[in-house]
Amino acid sequence: MPEVLKIKNLHQTFESGTVNENRVLRGANLDLEAGDFVTIIGSNGAGKSTLLNSIAGTIPVQEGQIILNGTDITKLPVTKRAKNISRVFQDPKMGTAVRLTVEENLALAMKRGQRRGFRPGVKKQDRKFFKKQLAQLGLNLENRLDTEIGLLSGGQRQAITLLMATLQRPDLILLDEHTAALDPKTSITVMELTEKLINDQKLTAFMVTHNMEDAIRYGNRLIMLHQGKVAVNLAGEEKQSLTVPKLMELFQKQVGAEVEDDAMLLV
Amino acid sequence: MAIGVYLTFRILDLADMTAEGSFPLGGAIATMCLVKGVNPFIATLAAFGGGLIAGLVTGVLNTKLRIPSLLAGIITMTGLYSITSRVMQNAANVSLLGKETIFSIAQKWGLSRNNAVIVMGLIIALLVIALLVIFFRTEIGLAMRATGDNPQMSAANGIKTEQMKILGYMISNGCIALSGALLAQNNGFADLNSGVGTLVIGLASIIIAEVLVRNLPIWGRLLTLVLGAIIYRLILALVFQMNVEPADAKLASALVLVVCLVLPNFHLPRNLKGGKNHARSTKD
Repeated sequence: MPEVLKIKNLHQTFESGTVNENRVLRGANLDLEAGDFVTIIGSNGAGKSTLLNSIAGTIPVQEGQIILNGTDITKLPVTKRAKNISRVFQDPKMGTAVRLTVEENLALAMKRGQRRGFRPGVKKQDRKFFKKQLAQLGLNLENRLDTEIGLLSGGQRQAITLLMATLQRPDLILLDEHTAALDPKTSITVMELTEKLINDQKLTAFMVTHNMEDAIRYGNRLIMLHQGKVAVNLAGEEKQSLTVPKLMELFQKQVGAEVEDDAMLLV
Repeated sequence: MAIGVYLTFRILDLADMTAEGSFPLGGAIATMCLVKGVNPFIATLAAFGGGLIAGLVTGVLNTKLRIPSLLAGIITMTGLYSITSRVMQNAANVSLLGKETIFSIAQKWGLSRNNAVIVMGLIIALLVIALLVIFFRTEIGLAMRATGDNPQMSAANGIKTEQMKILGYMISNGCIALSGALLAQNNGFADLNSGVGTLVIGLASIIIAEVLVRNLPIWGRLLTLVLGAIIYRLILALVFQMNVEPADAKLASALVLVVCLVLPNFHLPRNLKGGKNHARSTKD
């Protein structure tokens, strides 16, 4: 399998040189192959979000290397990476432009990473395609192309953001705790949709989550971060047969300490 | 005027002080062109071009040199004062007496002086709105609106947010300079100090328009701005009926703006539902 993403010895330190110095990532290494759907877990401050933001390009990399499809993207700005990487944010408000309509948002995503010109933003032939794509979400959004995104619910927005992230096939899709802000029922709907979209297009996905059960249920690989490093890295059989108690046991063995009662463990 | 301010204030979510500089600049450019006998329409367009450049300067200061937008606008505004003065060959005002203006052209169509101003003003306002509406529906226009709405998401979708902001500053100041050119031609002179308080007028028009009607498509919003500007003028006229001295005019208009800003807050609980304030407050 060709390698899609390679992270080499990534270090990120915040407020370095001050008393508040916080070494969030301390030499993280990671390889993703094409079609990998990896779930990332770890306690608060383990470096999950920092790792994701480093890949997306929103935090400049201090030390280490990020390689996407054989190209070094360590120093590329967010907009340049957008051609190959799409992203779904934790906050449903973040993923869409709330004062634009559904179709305008989708049209923006259609042009992700491409040149924008003076052609009409929403094209006639696109509208049909958008309707078809929205219909597969099963949320009755296909007749609301002209609705401002701000008038939709968090779950609907997250579903649309997911769709936007996959309209143009990305080499890598980043999911940043994208169901954390949703109610349990909507969260399940969005997770199932996520899996469907990823499987349909055979995408390579990187999903940060706080939910251990989700981390175990979805994807073919699981990575646990601890103190800025990869502490547990499971794939294949091992991942498939995983349960929550087993995962905790593994984690304790790796870290060599009692896992404290942490937010991460509140499944 | 209001349309120009609207672009940066609402679409790009920035307060752009450049307006106070680009407004007299537009008036000065148009006037000097007219004095030299240039076709009035070309003179007005030249003013628009001057505004574009002023916007470009603020845009570059703000995005490339990372100066906060408010400060960047003030810097450009201050610098423009000298430039406008130069354009007017160091005179504080230049008269257009006896020169042909776009309004005098309209008068030749058999319109009275007042009607000529109204008709020509409306034609140009509608033309600008039409062009902007078309622009905002293009791929770039859409990208610009998204940038003001949600810069992070826009960047994640590969939109060059800095370039979009610069372009927004340019078009916005182009429109403001254009309105400066129109006002100079209406007044019959260009005035170096005519910029003071223009931003307040623009903002007041926007806010009045938004209090009157909410949740309109983009063309509707631009159209109501014209209405907002007219109503603001009417309110001011009412205030001046009450024997306000000319020297107090700016104070009066500032107070009117305060009233316009504060009034809608009293309805807030009802209007919050689905209102944009709600969506924006938790943006970060």
